Amino acid sequence: MSEQTIDLKKRRFLTKATGVVGAVGVGFVAWPFLSTWKPSAKTKAAGAPVDVDISKLESGQLVRVLWRKKPVWVFKRDESALDALNSEDLISKLADPDGTGNSKNQQPKYVSSNYRSIENKEAIAVIVGVCTHLGCSPTYRPEPGASDLGGDSWKGGFYCPCHGSKFDLAGRVYAGVPAPTNLEIPPYQYLTDSLIRIGIDQKNT
Amino acid sequence: MKNNQSWIDQRFPLSKVWNEHLAEYYTPRNFNFWYFFGGLAVLMLGMQLITGIFLTMYYKPDAANAFASVEYIMRDIEWGWLIRYLHSTGASAFFVIIYLHMFRALLYGSYKGPREFLWILGMLLYVLLAAEAFFGYVLPWGQMSFWGAQVIISLFGSVPVIGPDLLVWILGDYAVGDATLNRFFSLHVIVLPLLLVVLVFLHLVALHHVGSNNPDGIEIKENKDKDGIPKDGIPFHPYFTIKDSMVVVGFIWILCAVIFYAPALNGYFLEHANFVEANPLKTPEHIAPVWYLTPFYSVLRAIPPMFGSQFPGVLAMFAAILIFFALPWLDRSPVKSIRYRSPIYKWALGIFVVSFVMLGWLGLKPVTPTYALLGRIATALYFAYFILMPWYTSIGKTKEVPTRVTE
Repeated sequence: MSEQTIDLKKRRFLTKATGVVGAVGVGFVAWPFLSTWKPSAKTKAAGAPVDVDISKLESGQLVRVLWRKKPVWVFKRDESALDALNSEDLISKLADPDGTGNSKNQQPKYVSSNYRSIENKEAIAVIVGVCTHLGCSPTYRPEPGASDLGGDSWKGGFYCPCHGSKFDLAGRVYAGVPAPTNLEIPPYQYLTDSLIRIGIDQKNT
Repeated sequence: MKNNQSWIDQRFPLSKVWNEHLAEYYTPRNFNFWYFFGGLAVLMLGMQLITGIFLTMYYKPDAANAFASVEYIMRDIEWGWLIRYLHSTGASAFFVIIYLHMFRALLYGSYKGPREFLWILGMLLYVLLAAEAFFGYVLPWGQMSFWGAQVIISLFGSVPVIGPDLLVWILGDYAVGDATLNRFFSLHVIVLPLLLVVLVFLHLVALHHVGSNNPDGIEIKENKDKDGIPKDGIPFHPYFTIKDSMVVVGFIWILCAVIFYAPALNGYFLEHANFVEANPLKTPEHIAPVWYLTPFYSVLRAIPPMFGSQFPGVLAMFAAILIFFALPWLDRSPVKSIRYRSPIYKWALGIFVVSFVMLGWLGLKPVTPTYALLGRIATALYFAYFILMPWYTSIGKTKEVPTRVTE
């Protein structure tokens, strides 16, 4: 038996140091495992733009396409619907009608404020059909005065069946509903008068 | 036989464990109806594990094949429908049992010292079981699977700053899809079942260390005879093993009646929309979680968005679950059992039960202004039960607690 005394201070230091080094090691080993949950290279490559032909789109009609696995609505609004989007009656009920408040990142710069569409193409709306509350896809309810959505005060728009959020026909959110912001407008451009490409910004003209 | 036993006992503490946990484990003799549910919960865990193993043999965790593989089990595998319905209806039955088991703890103060840690282990089990049920509901890849997953996962997207990245990390994609389904399958069949089994074991270790509470809320260990055996205790085996096996027979009878005649229980156990394959373009007209999660879903809906974010509602929903963990420290009453509590506590518990059931019912309904108002009132009452507890349990006159059990 040696007659050395046990240096408890040194022992405690070594125990702690070993623990710290071990924890750092666990952190490094955890990284590859946690990283496997990130989107794979294949998934990232699948976000290509999609083209939509609108030559056969009737007034009031809505088509749904998948872009980056999200539903995108392309629909045509008639004159009375466009007038309603400008009416003071509707705008007073909206949370952020001109998209400058909480919703300022929900649309590209080149869309007009009340219609939220590209200039000279006011009738055609392109909106990501994902509720900004919890990700449901709202139902298309274009008919003004729908009795289950408030009767005369309903100017047509979208109703989310999950939690009751309401949006107008430009995807602007009503005040006092669960959704915090307007629906997202994706980047898009016109290739020709009847062909829209979703996923790429319009070039400056 | 005797020789075999001693051969094993020299190498493994078989007789010791048998005696400590069954033949000489003393249990209060005044157990009533409310004490059936712990044993039944173990039975349900076993049933879910066994039926789950067999479902895994045919189920395909692939967004393109999942829905069809479940229909294949239902139609083409011999007795496949039975295994599947035992599993899906069993999940709801499991929650019925767990909620009654938890309510028993509220009735008789079973969470109070020295059983705080037992309660915490139980609450962890509840949280994991809810996660297990959620992941399981996604697997059939029906409309409710898909949109339920979409809504619940979106909750994490509302976390300030890191939300959007966290969301993509959980999904493994930019929307709910194949990667999400596949990882939920792994969590549902490996990770959570393993954790559940380990935690059930720890829950029982903690229970057998402190001993069971009872309807009088008194400690039977404080009254022992000259041999050190609690005067009000009887051995778990054979007394309660026999009694519990009768309960199991009755329970299985009811469970079979539901499975044979109403396996989806008119949309409450398996929602109608889930018999339609997942469609990322269209949300069903009305979506709601399965009944056992609706109370917390109602809390989420009751809180309006603040500062342009849904996060406060998400916090409230998680708080509604997590606040249960604090129960042992919120309750200041000198007595455990409802039998000797003050009238004000009985009122508080009654109001809490009504608000919980109300929240559960509202969670199944679409949002209307009236329901939204009711949801806010019920949410306020729900939290009041916990937040005001230190106050109302320290006032009011409690009855004198007997030293021996009363039945």
